[in-house]
Amino acid sequence: MARGLTHLDELEAESIHILRETAASFERPVLMYSIGKDSTVLLHLALKAFAPGRLPFPVLHVDTTWKFREMIAFRDATAARLGLDLQVHINRDGLAQGISPITHGSKVHTDVMKTVALRQALTAGRFDAAIGGARRDEEKSRAKERIFSFRDANHRWDPKGQRPELWSLYNSRVHPGESMRVFPLSNWTELDVWLYVWKHRLPVVDLYLARNRPVVERDGALIMVDDDRLPLKAGERIVQRRVRFRTLGCYPLSGAIESDADTLEKVIEEMLLARTSERQGRLIDHDQSGSMEEKKREGYF
Amino acid sequence: MTLPTFTAGEDLRGWIERYERLQLLRVLTCGNVDDGKSTLIGRLLHDTGRIYDDHLKALEADSRVHGTTGGGLDLALVVDGLKAEREQGITIDVAWRYFTTARRAFIIADCPGHEQYTRNMATGASHCQLAISLIDARSGVTTQTRRHATIAAMLGIRHVVAAVNKMDLVDWSETRFREIESEFLAFCSRLGIEHAVALPVSALTGEGVVRRTEVMPWFSGPALLELLERVDLPGPSGADPFRMPVQTVLRPNLDFRGFAGQITSGDVAVGDRVRIMPRGTEARVARLARPDEFGGDLERAQAPESVVICLDREVDCSRGDVIACFGGASDMRVGRRIVADLVWMVDAPLVAGQSLLCRVGTRITPARVVRMIHRLKVDTLAHESAESMVLNDIGRVELECEEPVAFDPYRVSRGTGAIVLIDRLTNATAAAGMIRTGDPTERGAHWDDQALETVSSPVSGVSAAERDARWAQRPCCVLLHGPPNTGKTEAAFALERALWDLGHDAVVLDGQGMRSGLSKDLRFEPGDRSENLRRAAEVARLLMEQGRVVIMSFVAPQDHVRERARALLGPDRCLFVHASDGFEISNIVAQLASRGLIGRRTAP
Repeated sequence: MARGLTHLDELEAESIHILRETAASFERPVLMYSIGKDSTVLLHLALKAFAPGRLPFPVLHVDTTWKFREMIAFRDATAARLGLDLQVHINRDGLAQGISPITHGSKVHTDVMKTVALRQALTAGRFDAAIGGARRDEEKSRAKERIFSFRDANHRWDPKGQRPELWSLYNSRVHPGESMRVFPLSNWTELDVWLYVWKHRLPVVDLYLARNRPVVERDGALIMVDDDRLPLKAGERIVQRRVRFRTLGCYPLSGAIESDADTLEKVIEEMLLARTSERQGRLIDHDQSGSMEEKKREGYF
Repeated sequence: MTLPTFTAGEDLRGWIERYERLQLLRVLTCGNVDDGKSTLIGRLLHDTGRIYDDHLKALEADSRVHGTTGGGLDLALVVDGLKAEREQGITIDVAWRYFTTARRAFIIADCPGHEQYTRNMATGASHCQLAISLIDARSGVTTQTRRHATIAAMLGIRHVVAAVNKMDLVDWSETRFREIESEFLAFCSRLGIEHAVALPVSALTGEGVVRRTEVMPWFSGPALLELLERVDLPGPSGADPFRMPVQTVLRPNLDFRGFAGQITSGDVAVGDRVRIMPRGTEARVARLARPDEFGGDLERAQAPESVVICLDREVDCSRGDVIACFGGASDMRVGRRIVADLVWMVDAPLVAGQSLLCRVGTRITPARVVRMIHRLKVDTLAHESAESMVLNDIGRVELECEEPVAFDPYRVSRGTGAIVLIDRLTNATAAAGMIRTGDPTERGAHWDDQALETVSSPVSGVSAAERDARWAQRPCCVLLHGPPNTGKTEAAFALERALWDLGHDAVVLDGQGMRSGLSKDLRFEPGDRSENLRRAAEVARLLMEQGRVVIMSFVAPQDHVRERARALLGPDRCLFVHASDGFEISNIVAQLASRGLIGRRTAP
């Protein structure tokens, strides 16, 4: 480590380098904004990378229509505060077919409303580079992901056909129709992300902090009842619990954890003492073995 | 993936402070199929208590289906991520692991072993400072082991650790371990790897991985983790030359023009003189700009920070250029020709004449393969002549770029000395390369590089015999060297006077005199002193070719630099005198005479 530079300083410098490479090498990049803590850090770094200039690409949110209401409010407030060119995409076909996590299960819902929706949005926007906040420490198949990850004209990922990535000499060349997924936070861990949020006092969605919230217990997970679309099964009842979320997604698919951590510092402390990983609360990862890899091949972020 | 080392009740801010200051070590692991590499990493994570409960639960379930340990916990499955490789039981791509102990933060690049994926090992090596090479104690050092050490050395990794695994299967035999150790260390020393070490371990039982071994009392060295936590990592040195490849130009309004990039080497401060390479345009750093909401302007910055530089004048500078420090021997090379060591990474072979895209820093330029210089035989490290390279071959080539590029030798600066070659049709990354040198006739070429001899000197019309007859002298050089203020210059001119009086023809080249003109652009760092002496020696060589006795007075503190001068000028024609020996003029004249370099003048 260099004199006076911390581990976080090094990670920040690397991420900014990647963001600038993306802006300089592609015709139409787009920043995927999912409203969560990783996206928050990613967005902050992107603004910093081009300051005092403006963000040279739009920000895209793929909305499944099942996100927590607080997330959507936070998204719109953030876009207004920072003057972002925010684009929101919803898979209208899926919506018309009434696809929902309640009736179709997490796999179909995620596939139609996230993966297919993302492909639609990237194709419609003719985006040749989609910047995402995924980290390699999140999940096993992510551990092998490149920083510049090549996708064919159908947005598919071929784990065996990835380009070797040496030093920081990224090969960002693509043919028309092909594209790149770019992951500037690849080398960050969950802890690094939280420490960065804390040190730079970045605003995050309040759902990360413990509050009294209405939840039902379902299949061993605590699901927050965010609106009246969540039908209660026999024997289920809504109770007030002091909970927070380690990761945010569609509310019926995000498990809360019971917690008293109502400040960022307490969240960090709790995470340091946790015995389970952050994705444990994500119901979509568990629906089949190797499931993240399957989703990625299809074009999921 | 892994758990940090925080305990309940500990002071959080204090812990964070320590965590942030932890040194980061990037480690490469490589080994043959079945050497137990994944098991070793799984063991490291498991025994340091860094696997989350839900991951451990998934691991237990996976072990029953895919495990190779009869339903017991198969630690290799912690790290074998992709479905395809879990089914085949092999690791097929570089996987990145993150973990922290109380002493260090680690990033592990876990690299596949079989030959067809050697390119992935080079990929991992380009990011790492230390390599762990897994060796199966039963099979010992193999071609793959040698290949891994060779690639690690080529990519500039200075610490290589052989983890001699499966010691349980050779009855913890010291004899077997020592055999492997000596063969491995001998090979590393031929590669010039500075720090090589071998450790006996068993990833399966955990012996020697996290804790010191008890079943091998004959081994007194550290456990693997202990070694990783303690290995010395040199920080950046103040002598590293400043380099910043320009990524993009920020022009938010007419009053602001900033060059954005990541510093790959050295440091920079407001007011510094810089050059825009490859053109060499001079400017000064006016600002290291950063808006107030991100902390405000910087006074100075260092590698590996990402910064925005504003210059004090309007200069032509854009993506692909490098902003570099100003000065002498630390100047970047500029040229179209590059000699580089390559690792070839695609199925289609490399052939002379082929055209590719070459990425150096942020510049991408078409380049042609002029010739293959040699291919490396990994087993013996022999250079063999070859017309082409195929997948996973290692070899040296000469490239010609379509436009002049600025670069450094890889060993001087990785960020500006590494290249990637890209196939123009498929866009595949075809090769990784480490620049050795450029064309010797180009500006900035340095005598430390054994550059190609392409220039021959013109021949004078006056013969050596004619000169000898007139001056009664053989061309030779007297170097008076030593610290400043030891009377070198005075002695040089006194010697010139003495030789003049004897009828000879001598010329003085004085270090200070050089600096007032020919070497005006140099500073007093070791590299610059070396360059100053190189220039003087080259001038001396030209003068000696024309029969002169050359008297040089220089500080010349470095032995190896003086030795290069001696080699250039011819050892039998050089007389080096250090200040501590005293500059006794009559003594020096007598020595020249006794060596037959000056004689008695016969005609007036």
